[in-house]
Amino acid sequence: MAKLVIRRLIYMVPTMFAISVVTFLIIQLPPGDFLSTYIAELSSRGDAVDTRLVEALRERYGLNDPIYVQYYQWISHIVLQGDFGDSFLYRRPVADLIWNRLGLTIALAVATLLVSWAIAFPIGVYSAVKQHSAGDYAFTFIGFLGLATPNFLLALIFVWISFNYFGQSVGGLFSPEFADAAWNLGKVLDLLSHVWVPVLIIGMAGTASLIRVLRANLLDELRKPYVTTARAKGLPEWRIILKYPVRMALGPFISTAGWLLPSLIGGEVLVSIVIGLDTTGPLLVEALISQDMYLAGSFILILATLTVIGTLLSDLLLAWWDPRIRYAEG
Amino acid sequence: MAVRQLPPDQPAGTAPIEAAAATDGGVAVAPQWKLVWWRFRKHRLAMVSAVFVLLFALVGVFAEFLAPTTPDSYSADHTYAPPQGLHFVDTSGGGTRFGPYVHGYTSVRDPETLARVFQEDESQRIDVGFFVRGEPYEMWGFIPSDRHFIGPTDPEQRVYFLGADRNGRDLLSRIIYGTRISLSIGLVGVALTFVFGIVLGGVSGYFGGRTDTAIQRVIEFLMSIPTIPLWLGLSAAVPRTWGPLETYFAITVILSVIGWTDLARVVRGRFLSLREEDFVLAARLDGCSRPRIILRHMLPSFSSHIIASLTLAIPYMILAETSLSFLGLGLQPPVVSWGVLLQESQNIRTIATAPWLLLPGVAVVVAVLVLNFVGDGVRDSADPYR
Repeated sequence: MAKLVIRRLIYMVPTMFAISVVTFLIIQLPPGDFLSTYIAELSSRGDAVDTRLVEALRERYGLNDPIYVQYYQWISHIVLQGDFGDSFLYRRPVADLIWNRLGLTIALAVATLLVSWAIAFPIGVYSAVKQHSAGDYAFTFIGFLGLATPNFLLALIFVWISFNYFGQSVGGLFSPEFADAAWNLGKVLDLLSHVWVPVLIIGMAGTASLIRVLRANLLDELRKPYVTTARAKGLPEWRIILKYPVRMALGPFISTAGWLLPSLIGGEVLVSIVIGLDTTGPLLVEALISQDMYLAGSFILILATLTVIGTLLSDLLLAWWDPRIRYAEG
Repeated sequence: MAVRQLPPDQPAGTAPIEAAAATDGGVAVAPQWKLVWWRFRKHRLAMVSAVFVLLFALVGVFAEFLAPTTPDSYSADHTYAPPQGLHFVDTSGGGTRFGPYVHGYTSVRDPETLARVFQEDESQRIDVGFFVRGEPYEMWGFIPSDRHFIGPTDPEQRVYFLGADRNGRDLLSRIIYGTRISLSIGLVGVALTFVFGIVLGGVSGYFGGRTDTAIQRVIEFLMSIPTIPLWLGLSAAVPRTWGPLETYFAITVILSVIGWTDLARVVRGRFLSLREEDFVLAARLDGCSRPRIILRHMLPSFSSHIIASLTLAIPYMILAETSLSFLGLGLQPPVVSWGVLLQESQNIRTIATAPWLLLPGVAVVVAVLVLNFVGDGVRDSADPYR
C-alpha cells in the first residue's frame, strides 16, 4: 500500500506541471496584457497616460521578459511564497481574495459528494434488486431527467418556485444576521439550514449517474452463480445482497468520486451564480469576463489541483477497498 | 439466438418451421446495418425519441419559415408580454365562429411600481392563420420570402404564443431560431470530436506501446481538469471583437478539445481487441496496406459503436454550449441560441415578472433527453451479433 501511495504521488508531479502550464497559457491567451487593458481604460476616461509609469510597471511585472521567464516567475512565486500575483480588478493580492471562497467551494463539493452517495446508494440497490418494478421505472425516469437538466436551470426553477409560492428569495449560504458574524455554533446551524438547497441542485446530475452506474453493476453481479449458491445455502435475501454483490458493485461507486469531483466543481460555478453563493464561481466568472487573468488563472490552477488531489484520494480509497487493485498495482 | 434477431413484423400464418427457415435465411444474408436497424426498431423509447429528434432537426432546418416572425423584430409596447393562449371556437359575439385566434392585450400601469401589466382582453380578437404573409426574411440566407407557417393574418398585428422578452421580441420565434444554432453546435462539435477521437484513439490503439501510453496520459490529464473552469478560461480568451461566425467556431473548437477524450477511449478499446482477431491477421498476410486494414477491415466492425458514442456526445455539446452562453462567455447576442436566451432569465426579478423566459430551458431538456434515448438505443443495438 505504501508503495502504491508513493507511486501515485510521483505520478502527480507531471500532471501538476502540465496543469500549471495550461493555466499559464490560459492567462496569456487574451490579446494584450492587463497593462494594455489598464492603459485603454485610463485613456478612455480621459486621463493622461504617463509612458514612464507604464514602462516602470512593465518592468516590475516582467512583461518584457520572454514567456518562459514569465512562467517561471509566476509559478515559483506561487510554489515558494504562496504569492498568486495581484488582482487587477480588486487591486489586491489574489491570495487575500480566494481562500475564504475556496473553503466554501471545497465544503460544498465534499458535502455534495457525500449526499450524492447517501442518496444514490439505497436507490441504486433498490432499482437493481427490484428491476422492472414501478419504483425502478420512476427512479430511472427521474435519473434521466436529472442528467438532461443543466443544473443552473434547476437552480433557476427552484428560485422561481420559492419566490412564487413561498414568497421568499433564496440566495446565499447564511441568513443576513450571520453573514458577517464570526464562526460559532449558531452560524454553523444557520449554514446547515441553507446549504441543502445548493447541495441538492449541484448533486442532481451526479446522483443520477451514480444510480445508473450502481444499478448496472449490481445487475451484472446479481446474475452470477455465487448469488445462486448463497441462495441455495438458505441465507436471508437481504444478507445475500448486501454481503456479496453490493460489495462487488461498490468498486466503481468509489472510483466515481474521481470523475464526479470535476463536474461537481463545474456545476458549483454555475449554480453559485444563480443563487448567489459566495464561492469561487461568481468571482471566477467575473474575473474571466473582465480578463483579470491572474485572479482567474489562480482559481483554475487551484480548482484543477484540488480535482487531481480528489482523484488521487478516490484511487487510494479504491485500492484500500478492493484488494485486487491493491495487488495488481502495489 | 437467431430468433431474438427476427424483425418484429414477420408475416404471420405460415407454418412455424417454414417461417423459421425463411427468416433464418433473411438474418443470415442481411447486412450488418440491417441487423442493427432491426434491433433498434424494437427499442420503443428510442424509436419515439428518434421521431422527436427528427422534428427538432426539421425545426432547425426550416426555422425561418416555421417562426411566426423574425427573432429581431421588436416592439417597445410589448415588453414582457405574457403568452397568449390559442383559441379555436369563438362564441363571444352571440354566434359561433371557428378558426384559430388569440385575444389581444390591454396594458395598464401598476400605480405603485409603474411597471406595465398586461391583461388578456377578451373583446379583442386577433385572427391567426397558416401560411400567412408577415415579416420578410431570407430562407437559408438566400431565398427571400415573407410566408410564415403560422402567424397573425393581419401583418400589422403581433402575436406571442410563448410571450415576449425584454424588448418585446417573440420568444417562440427566438426558440425556433435558437434550435438551429444549438443543434448545429452539437453537430459541428461532434464532427470535430469525431476527427480528433478517431485519429488519436486509432493511433493509440493500433500502434500501442509508447505512443499509446503518451496519448493515454494526455487523455487522463484532460479528464482530470474540471471542465467548466477550463472552458470558461478558454472562451474568455476568445476576443470580443470577433464576429458571430468566428465566435461560433471558436466555441465549438473549445468544446471538442475536451470532448474527444471519451470517443478516443472507445475507439482505442475497439482497436486493441480487434487487432488480435484472425481476420486482421489474414488481411495482413494477404499483403494489405495498413490504411486498407484499418479502413476496410477494422472500421466497419466498430462503426456502429462509434455512431452510438457520437450520438451520446451531441447532448453533452448542447448542454455545454448552453452553460457557456448562459454565463455570457459563449455565443454572444445577436446570435440566438438556447443558452443566449436563458441568459436573459439570469436574475430573480426577471423570472418573477416573466417566468416564460425559462421556456428555452424546456427545449434544452427535451432535446437532450431524446438525444440520450436515441444514443442509448443505438448503443444497445450496436452489436447485433451479441
